[in-house]
Amino acid sequence: MLRIPCPFCGPRDESEFAYGGEAHIARPENSWTLSDGDWADYVFMRTNPKGRHAERWRHSHGCGRWFNALRDTATHEIVATYRIGEPTPTGRR
Amino acid sequence: MTRSFRTGEGGRIDRSKPIGFTFDGKTYAGFAGDTLASALLANGVRLVARSFKYHRPRGIFSAGAEEPNALVRVGDGARALPNTRATQVELYEGLAAYSQNNWPSLRFDAGAAANLFSRLLPAGFYYKTFMRPKRMWQWYERRIRRAAGMGRAPDAPDPDLYDKRHAHCDVLIVGGGPAGLSAALAAGQTGARVILADEQSEFGGTLLGETGKLGGASAADWAADAVAELSAMPEVRLLPRATVFGYYDHNHLGIAERVADHLPAPTAGTPRQRLWKVRAKQVVLAAGSHERPLVFADNDRPGIMLAGAARSYLNRYGVRAGSRVLIFTNNDSAYPLAVDLAAAGGDVAAVVDLRPAASQHPAAWRMDELKIEVLRGYAVAGTKGRLRLKSATVMALNADGNEVAGGAREIACDAIAMSGGWSPAVHLFSQSRGALEYDEVLAAFVPGRAVQATRSAGACNGSFDLHRCFLEGFDAGKAAAADAGFTAEDEQRPLPAATQAKPGPVRMINPVPSIRPVGQGPKHFVDFQNDVTAADIGLAAREGYASVEHTKRYTTTGMGTDQGKTSSLNALGLLADQLALAIPDVGATTFRPPYTPVTFGALAGRDIGELYAPLRRTPMQRWHEDAGAAFEDVGQWKRPFYYPRRSETKEQAVRREVLAVRNSVGILDASTLGKIDIKGPDAAALLDWIYTNDWARLGVGRCRYGVMCREDGMVLDDGVTARLGEEHFLMHTTSGNAERVSAWLEEWLQTEWPAMRARCTVVTEHYATVAVAGPNARRLLAALAAGIDLGIDMGNAAFPHMSVREGVVAGIPARVFRVSYTGELSYEINVKARHGLTLWRALLTAGERFGVMPFGTEAMHVLRAEKGYIMVGQETDGTVTPLDLGMERAISTRKDFLGKRSLSRADMTKPDRKQLVGLLTEDPDDVLPEGAHIVAEQPGKPPLQAQGHVTSSYYSPTLGRSIALALLRGGRGQLGRQVFVPREDCGSSAATVVDPAFYDPKGVRLHG
Ligand SMILES: [Zn+2]
Repeated sequence: MLRIPCPFCGPRDESEFAYGGEAHIARPENSWTLSDGDWADYVFMRTNPKGRHAERWRHSHGCGRWFNALRDTATHEIVATYRIGEPTPTGRR
Repeated sequence: MTRSFRTGEGGRIDRSKPIGFTFDGKTYAGFAGDTLASALLANGVRLVARSFKYHRPRGIFSAGAEEPNALVRVGDGARALPNTRATQVELYEGLAAYSQNNWPSLRFDAGAAANLFSRLLPAGFYYKTFMRPKRMWQWYERRIRRAAGMGRAPDAPDPDLYDKRHAHCDVLIVGGGPAGLSAALAAGQTGARVILADEQSEFGGTLLGETGKLGGASAADWAADAVAELSAMPEVRLLPRATVFGYYDHNHLGIAERVADHLPAPTAGTPRQRLWKVRAKQVVLAAGSHERPLVFADNDRPGIMLAGAARSYLNRYGVRAGSRVLIFTNNDSAYPLAVDLAAAGGDVAAVVDLRPAASQHPAAWRMDELKIEVLRGYAVAGTKGRLRLKSATVMALNADGNEVAGGAREIACDAIAMSGGWSPAVHLFSQSRGALEYDEVLAAFVPGRAVQATRSAGACNGSFDLHRCFLEGFDAGKAAAADAGFTAEDEQRPLPAATQAKPGPVRMINPVPSIRPVGQGPKHFVDFQNDVTAADIGLAAREGYASVEHTKRYTTTGMGTDQGKTSSLNALGLLADQLALAIPDVGATTFRPPYTPVTFGALAGRDIGELYAPLRRTPMQRWHEDAGAAFEDVGQWKRPFYYPRRSETKEQAVRREVLAVRNSVGILDASTLGKIDIKGPDAAALLDWIYTNDWARLGVGRCRYGVMCREDGMVLDDGVTARLGEEHFLMHTTSGNAERVSAWLEEWLQTEWPAMRARCTVVTEHYATVAVAGPNARRLLAALAAGIDLGIDMGNAAFPHMSVREGVVAGIPARVFRVSYTGELSYEINVKARHGLTLWRALLTAGERFGVMPFGTEAMHVLRAEKGYIMVGQETDGTVTPLDLGMERAISTRKDFLGKRSLSRADMTKPDRKQLVGLLTEDPDDVLPEGAHIVAEQPGKPPLQAQGHVTSSYYSPTLGRSIALALLRGGRGQLGRQVFVPREDCGSSAATVVDPAFYDPKGVRLHG
């Protein structure tokens, strides 16, 4: 079980959180101008890296807030967590 | 009478406390401090089990967690625990243990015939033989399992309490042997919070069976002093009888503590076992090592055990492994056993050492003095004795060690103590995803690079020398505490001066040769628990299994309760030889939790029965229970399913309830409907994004039905939302779905539209809701108003369908929604939850003159299905769009909304998508099963092309016939066509495709 530092509450067990998939995917504006393929890319296609991955989590059994986390998918290290709207940190904690 | 194998003195047993116990119904005596295994050995019981596949007689093999043979059932009735290792069962008065895997008895096992036909049972035999014809496999499997016997589960609920505990610590130390105790002393003195867990009843590990002195004191006394010192440290928690079984992410470890397994029954109020979930800043693994057997001909007879185990039984429990013990080894570690046996007055038949060179171990130097014959460059080439060992055949090896040479010598013995070298217990380290490295000198895998905050010390790190165990343990404990932020101001190093020789080389000869080639005649067992032989692994390699993971599954090596603790390296060596590769190139299998089996009781803890899951009750629940309602689980809610009267069947009750609503009036406890309060200047804009239809121009006091989609266009939820004010809405969701919908709203508000000014609050429990439905609904509300002004103009024009008013009902402030899920004139009344029961009773009293009837969810489903209304989760399954449900009119063309773009994808507009239709069976009494498939033609020979499936199906009391809703390929283009539903009894039902609105399709009644 991971230990995830909520940017609002501090470190908590993974069981308090809900996973929200890849972060920083903006909903396309003017979706009706997109081709079927481009729209499907937005809806279905996600990166699946071995290594650092920016992803969304929600502290659903805590403060209820969404935030982003930079997690290493190979080691499960949570490199950083940061608020929605903030840029992905590049440095280590 | 069997002779006793107990020594005259010594050991850590309490000879003043005899303990009576039974094995297979026969009474024996042991002492306090015995394990079941040591007590059985002391009583001369050699045969304790039958093997899994061949039903070969088996004896006690080890003295610990690695035991593959001596699996027993402990206890009777509801407390029985099958597949327990006798080597880890502490003896208590009255303990009753039973052998497994035999019929009719351990001595005369009918299944042993399998051994006679063993040539016919090679690796993969089951797969090869029983997989054809494929459908027969299940039949075979049941019988194979019964023949194999893996213990019997108790047949009554466990009466004991199981507990769970979460804990945090700075340093968790796994194992309380020399390295673990040293680590705890080092970490403890820094003031760090330390947990020291050991699987045994007593701390000390191998020190408890050590005869050498440590700085003047006995090894066991040093351990006792260390434990006393640790006990005095306030931040140190000692957990004996606690197996660390799992090492998970971010230093999260699971510990199974056997609180009361050593007692006949737990004392009142204490759990039998406790599951610890520990989050440790730092971990020190000091888990010790496992000795490996030698793979020689007929190496499995009762009386053949690991040399380290024989030494442990002798020194710790005062039990001789046999009256005449032959020692067979490929390394130095077995020599101290010869010395200890001789000192205890035992008879050592000989030491057979596979290595031609003389051992340089100090214990080996004493063999001449003790007049123990040492046969160097020799091997045990075979054994004799059916239910217990009688003799060993010893032969010289050729120079390469790959063949026996010279004459055979028969040596009488009733025990063989063997040592094939030691494997560090790297299980937890491997579970933590640390890399393993192969050590050529030790012929074993040792910990390599760690991934988590963990250190290995002592034998589990490949350091078998006692002196190094102390040092490594201490250094690891100190470093772990330092990394957790703790250092000792005035460091004490209470380590004993241990002098022990560095172990000499290991000579891996695998398998040990015998007169006949491997695979012909006697068996060379590798995995004792799964009856896997050297020949099986050779066969797997010849059949092309090159991957160690595949070979493991094909031969079943390393499976079962022991997970290959003693077998994995030998199996790997054999496979490597067959493939002409080095062991590290073949690779090791990954270790996974649990280290030893964990009981379901411990895993479940208190989360059973009523505490299994939270239960949600409406304010009217008591009334429903008193009325004798049958209940249905809806999410976490218990909802009244129907209210049977006296001798009524379910069908009769539902029919009565449905007709009451259609002909007069009924009331439904709808409090479970999800309710989300949405407020803010952008509340309408939010709804416009969430729902497929338009919300901006909905008037205050009006309601609208809405469907929401995921971005892929599939229906997520539906319900009626009311506009209570310009910036205030109340959204209704499907029962049990409010949390999911709320999370959906929050996701978009927080991550995509943070600037949107809208706040959502789940208020489901704040209100009790009663639906009043039927042609007399308005009259019932009017009757309630007698003497009290409703404050609502109930007129059809003033309070039309799909609107909301606030007023007073039965003297209670209420919000009344005129909405309908039944197709009848209907009101849903919301009052504060605490008034729910009052409102419910008032409606029943005032409704007496109309014959008002409470109705349950089944009647509600029938009523809504008669109207062709969908239910999310019944008509939808995550692959259904609003278009599939025929809701084109609810899809706004004036705006974008979540999922809209997906609805115009090519796949969504195909004419042959499954669409919602109604089905009317040819036989009006034929109620189709929900989930049944639909085919186009009269069913003939399979395969049949399924055209869709039945989603809801009921007998409609209103229409006096059966009705069904279905999702049918191109359904709306097939109205009037006949389709078929194949039935389980081989026949089929013919049905006509119709519009889903079976009753009052124009909606006259709900506007009445
Ligand atoms: Zn939080």
